[in-house]
Amino acid sequence: MIVNILYALAVLGVLGLLLGAVLAVASKVFEVKKDERMEPLLECLPGANCGGCGYAGCSAYAEALIAGTAKPGDCPVGGEETGKKVAAILGIELEKNTRLAAFVNCSGGDAARKKYLYSGLSDCHAAARLAGGATECTYGCLGLGSCVSACQFGAISIRNGVAFVNHELCTGCLKCVETCPRHVIRPVPYYADVNVACSSHLRGAQLRKICNIGCLGCHICEKTCKHDAIHVIDNLAQIDYDKCVGCGECAEKCPRHLISDSKLERGAAIAGVGAGGGKAV
Amino acid sequence: MLIRLLQISLGAILVENFILVKFMGICPFLGVSKKMDTAFGMSMAVIFVMTLASIFTWMVDVWLLRPLELEYMQTVAFILVIAALVQLVEMFLQKSVPSLYSALGIYLPLITTNCAVLGVALLNAEASYTFIEATVSGFMGGVGFTLALLLFASVRERLQFADYPKCFEGFPIALVSAALLALAFMGFSGLEVF
Repeated sequence: MIVNILYALAVLGVLGLLLGAVLAVASKVFEVKKDERMEPLLECLPGANCGGCGYAGCSAYAEALIAGTAKPGDCPVGGEETGKKVAAILGIELEKNTRLAAFVNCSGGDAARKKYLYSGLSDCHAAARLAGGATECTYGCLGLGSCVSACQFGAISIRNGVAFVNHELCTGCLKCVETCPRHVIRPVPYYADVNVACSSHLRGAQLRKICNIGCLGCHICEKTCKHDAIHVIDNLAQIDYDKCVGCGECAEKCPRHLISDSKLERGAAIAGVGAGGGKAV
Repeated sequence: MLIRLLQISLGAILVENFILVKFMGICPFLGVSKKMDTAFGMSMAVIFVMTLASIFTWMVDVWLLRPLELEYMQTVAFILVIAALVQLVEMFLQKSVPSLYSALGIYLPLITTNCAVLGVALLNAEASYTFIEATVSGFMGGVGFTLALLLFASVRERLQFADYPKCFEGFPIALVSAALLALAFMGFSGLEVF
């Protein structure tokens, strides 16, 4: 009996050993030469395999980098630091990331005072021809969705009467920027962390009467910024993206909660201010 | 001889279909049947591995286990052989046929321990097939797997547009349609060639 068991043990053990040896030899014989830059590249990438770069994972991105089809700096998780390391390994210059996304520079919508009740075609161009549009503010979003139909990627929706660009779906084709009659949608760098959600150049006192949300030009953000990146020009805060480091301090200090992360929804900011003063007439 | 092979083929594809009649390989059947092209990739990998597994396990069974009267170790020995074989084939393909390697993709290592692959080896041994019969049985078993997977993938693609209650979303509706598909295949039971 015990002999049988030992017999089986020996046969299977030898079989396993033989197969293992064959595999070991085969792994040497059939070894595929990998690019020697692959390993250091994988080491300096975050390794989260999040797919944020548009490739299946960090190793797929590294392969694309070696093949030259991807740029260093495309990794949104590692940011500029990883981009620099990657560029150093590949021996190329790190290009400034030029990917753009659309951003709606208005938070007014339902909370902005209206001149009249518009009940025509649901098209911003048609509304803009009727006494310059229904909103008292001549800079704000009309909220009728011409940009929504212009967007081929379904990235834009109207929320609380104002257009909202879903950052994840936005490809930066900027069709909406061309189509908006109010020029309220503007291109911003894709990785920009802060944006000013207002386009009004009206003076604070004038603006207060018609919109309870917009930028008053109070200069608080300008004073807060340590990097000289945000300035109030013509009664409107404007960000210089070459200098902005995305620390978000201006967003914290803005009394109107207008400066926000473009990747987040602005719904919270709008709800926080309340729509008391700017009732639709 | 030819009629015997035809019988085995018909049996493996329709009458004794691995997925829908024997309920083997259900995991990939539900896992990769959402899209037609992934289902196709998986199917090709299964055909490939099942044929190879049939060939090599036949050799191990007839030349090693039976002469030594170790038939009771079939399951263990077959797992060992299939796992090593798939690894070896993967390495070989990566080096020699990179296009096929990338086409089969991650499915090749995934089905190393698929029960349909082990099942075909064990069933071949049980039926005491000759070498050619075992090879045909493995290949046709893979074809049967392909047929079931592609049918089910096309059903699931259409299901996306169907109007069914919300509580059925996802796996429940997939399992219900799989059951109906299996019911349809029951119609083949008892089918014989000549």
